[in-house]
Amino acid sequence: MAGEDKKQQPFDSKAASSLVAELRGAFASGTTRSYQWRESQLRGLLRMTDEHEQDIVAALRSDLGKPELESVLYEAAMLRNSCKFALKELQRWMMPEKVKTSLTTFPSSAEIVSEPLGVVLIISAWNYPYLLSLDPVVGAIAAGNAVVLKPSEIAPATSALLAKLLGEYMDSSSIRVVEGAVPETTALLEQKWDKIFYTGNGRVGRIVMAAAAKHLTPVVLELGGKSPVVVDSGINLQIACRRIIVGKWGNNNGQACIASDYIITTKDLAPKLVDVLKNELETFYGKNPLESKDLSRIVNSDHFTRLTKLLDEDKVSKKVVYGGERDPTKLQIAPTILLDVPRDSLIMNEEIFGPLLPILTVDKLEESFDIINSGAKPLAAYIFTNDKKLKEHFVNNVSAGGLVVNDTTVHLAVHALPFGGVGESGIGAYHGKFSFDAFSHKKAVVYRSFMGDAAIRYPPYTNGKLRLMKALLGGSILGILRALFGRS
Amino acid sequence: MEEETEALEEMERELEEMRECYRSGRTMEASWRKSQLKGLLRLLREREEEIFRALHQDLGKHPAEAYRDEIGSLIKSVNYALDGLKRWMSGNKAKLPRIALLTTAKILPEPLGLVLVISSWNFPIGLSLEPLIGALAAGNAVVLKPSELAPECSSLLANAIPYYLDDKAVKVIQGGPGIGERLLHKKWDKIFFTGSARIGRKVIAAAAEHLTPVTLELGGKCPAVIDTLSSSFDRKVAVQRVLGAKFSFSAGQACIGVDYVLVEKKFSSALVELMKVVMKKMFGESPRESQSVARIVNKHHFLRLRSLLLDPLVKSSIVYGGSMDEESLFIEPTILMDPPLQAAIMMDEIFGPLLPIVTLNKIEDSIEFINSRPKPLAIYVFTKDEPLRRSMVSKTSSGSIVFNDAIIQYLADTLPFGGIGESGMGRYHGKFSFDTFSHQKAVVRRSFLVDFWFRFPPWNDHKLQLFRSSYHYDYLGIVLTVLGLKRTNRASKGI
Repeated sequence: MAGEDKKQQPFDSKAASSLVAELRGAFASGTTRSYQWRESQLRGLLRMTDEHEQDIVAALRSDLGKPELESVLYEAAMLRNSCKFALKELQRWMMPEKVKTSLTTFPSSAEIVSEPLGVVLIISAWNYPYLLSLDPVVGAIAAGNAVVLKPSEIAPATSALLAKLLGEYMDSSSIRVVEGAVPETTALLEQKWDKIFYTGNGRVGRIVMAAAAKHLTPVVLELGGKSPVVVDSGINLQIACRRIIVGKWGNNNGQACIASDYIITTKDLAPKLVDVLKNELETFYGKNPLESKDLSRIVNSDHFTRLTKLLDEDKVSKKVVYGGERDPTKLQIAPTILLDVPRDSLIMNEEIFGPLLPILTVDKLEESFDIINSGAKPLAAYIFTNDKKLKEHFVNNVSAGGLVVNDTTVHLAVHALPFGGVGESGIGAYHGKFSFDAFSHKKAVVYRSFMGDAAIRYPPYTNGKLRLMKALLGGSILGILRALFGRS
Repeated sequence: MEEETEALEEMERELEEMRECYRSGRTMEASWRKSQLKGLLRLLREREEEIFRALHQDLGKHPAEAYRDEIGSLIKSVNYALDGLKRWMSGNKAKLPRIALLTTAKILPEPLGLVLVISSWNFPIGLSLEPLIGALAAGNAVVLKPSELAPECSSLLANAIPYYLDDKAVKVIQGGPGIGERLLHKKWDKIFFTGSARIGRKVIAAAAEHLTPVTLELGGKCPAVIDTLSSSFDRKVAVQRVLGAKFSFSAGQACIGVDYVLVEKKFSSALVELMKVVMKKMFGESPRESQSVARIVNKHHFLRLRSLLLDPLVKSSIVYGGSMDEESLFIEPTILMDPPLQAAIMMDEIFGPLLPIVTLNKIEDSIEFINSRPKPLAIYVFTKDEPLRRSMVSKTSSGSIVFNDAIIQYLADTLPFGGIGESGMGRYHGKFSFDTFSHQKAVVRRSFLVDFWFRFPPWNDHKLQLFRSSYHYDYLGIVLTVLGLKRTNRASKGI
């Protein structure tokens, strides 16, 4: 019924403004701040995911052709884990953190209190539409905020499912879903939020930040980039290739922000690498990958066209060494490997976000670091090597949101690690406690007694007071004593 | 026009050189960072007299104020950073579940690159160098743009910094709004800005073009809520602290200074009488001669403050002080009682030595009063009442909240210093400075030795079940499934 209403009334600036006003009222009433509310909402998300797993799988199949296992694992299970972790830690996170105070502020005690920011906007992406909508919501709720979620219209079945389910399972006085596309998002972005959390691309990221700037609203931007994989010799090539494959094609058929975008390896190793990749790809997806049920499809015809354009550019079309088949009716492109693509090709100049894997070759692997650092900082970077020096050089010199040595994408699942970008790949981070922190204001609280004042604090200012002050701030007891007794 | 283009090209060249220097890796070394911090210490010690002179010239500050708020505070911060540097640089191990065999995870801080620090005029040395400490400790190359409204201090920094610090990686660029504008449109890895909300919006809008993260240290109207205190000792201390915080910090031109006071009607006249006594003690009969009140920074701000008192209703609410001298840019510490709430003096951040007192029926009304206005950088509450304390903490929102004192939170290295909403975003001081200029990079190391074979396609129910178990860290379940002793469970019910 709510869906029908939406079709009749466009969600414009006025609607957005009254939505925010309503949620501000709800937030001001204090509902969202209690531990009980936060806990009940998180349990609601958990129940919702448990009870509707098959609906979620169906929506993801409709939107993305996502294999059931990927939906269950990467969307439902990860979201469940997020909820459970938050539920387990919530009480601890909500407690103020006592901090040490020093001589200069003596006598006093101090703590850092986490408080909710207020009313927050979460704009999510289409590739993991369930997870990327609700994972930030977990953080926002845990931190005690009122939330508006705007799921991606490019995954419409999931968007509709989220609107329906959140309406049923969550406290709709404080948690709402707004469906829609550019006009609705624009209306939302005009409003004053206490935080905006956006997952998507750099172009829209800039629009979000510029809109936020007008209201001095802080943002988290989870963007993307070209996540490179550096492959060294002297490693177990089969295991490395399996990990690369599952991190690329096993993740929404390469349409994932931390999927390996391209490989850099030595000219010597490249032929063997290609062979092993071919073998493993065939083992996983069979001789006819276009028919495989274990690969997501390309999300829509726009992206299909974009990807075929990358593939068919003159400079690279002859560099295909595996795959290259496509089926426009199914919106499917087979896992494709390209070897020795030129650095100035289209495919090397935008985030691929699809099942194409170019391989760049260099003489010495050390050159790969310069290649990576000469581009925009990616969301992730990977290296497969057993060489200790190379590992250290990589870890210390490659700048990316996150790094993994000898695997790809797994850092996503580690709650204790901040997940976010740097430079073009984003601002801010989340997951685990970082989600709670991203949606909190850390307020400094100082308790002083009325005792313990020193006349030196106040005017009239004299040189004697100056001496004593120097000694105090210098922290030397001897200095203080000297100053107190008139010598310096 | 040609000069413009030349100047722009020159700036771009300088910045490109600095990026090269950063890329060479020099600033990443712990030894470099230490040397820069020690250089700052030497600068502060050796140039102390010059700094006193510059601050006196730009703002009429007495050396005691200058030392307390700027030099001394900076020395403390540099020593804190030197002490913590090694620890901060080494990052943190991240806890992993047992199932992640032969895997390690860590958060490794790395510098952001080339950062821009824009500082303001009221604590021109302190607010330039405090962020610089964080930027250098974190291993960045830095451009500092000091405020042109404190020209002596700006010159001092431009001369001294190349002498004490690495002039290829740390540069001072002087100038006014034009230079500021040009700098803002360059690509930075971080911008740290201290100043007004109006300019703050410009900074973040410019940063959005390059997706540059920002820290904005802005301002607001910081209230001092004074509860009806029964002990005369407490009253005296409260009044001293409030008046000290208002008038003896750059003559009220401080983002965390007390802007206005909230007090119960029944206590207000006793409070004002006590204030008058304390004012006389602090500033004497002739405050201008006392050398204990800084002057207003320039004519523009002097006229702005003077115009706040033009409204006859505001003027008639003055209960102490009120005299001004345009030539010396001096405004006497002034107290007002209940000026109209719609007047500019109660709507805008005062940033000057005028202290309005607003009376309320009950002190608890101060919560609503504060909440109906933009979130301030700080709230100060003078009370011994526990329930009031708890209410103030949980029901109001501000960068920080201090009980029974004011401004001292600035000196605490262990507390984050920053605003919320209109008073800013981000924070610094102590390790927070280091963090604000760092990227916390997640690093995971895996072994080749262990993999779960069910990680890989082709998919089937068996593998699905194994995944369910691993995600629940249900080790027994994994073993049983692998051994074929556990049935696969495709139920859509919870697990």
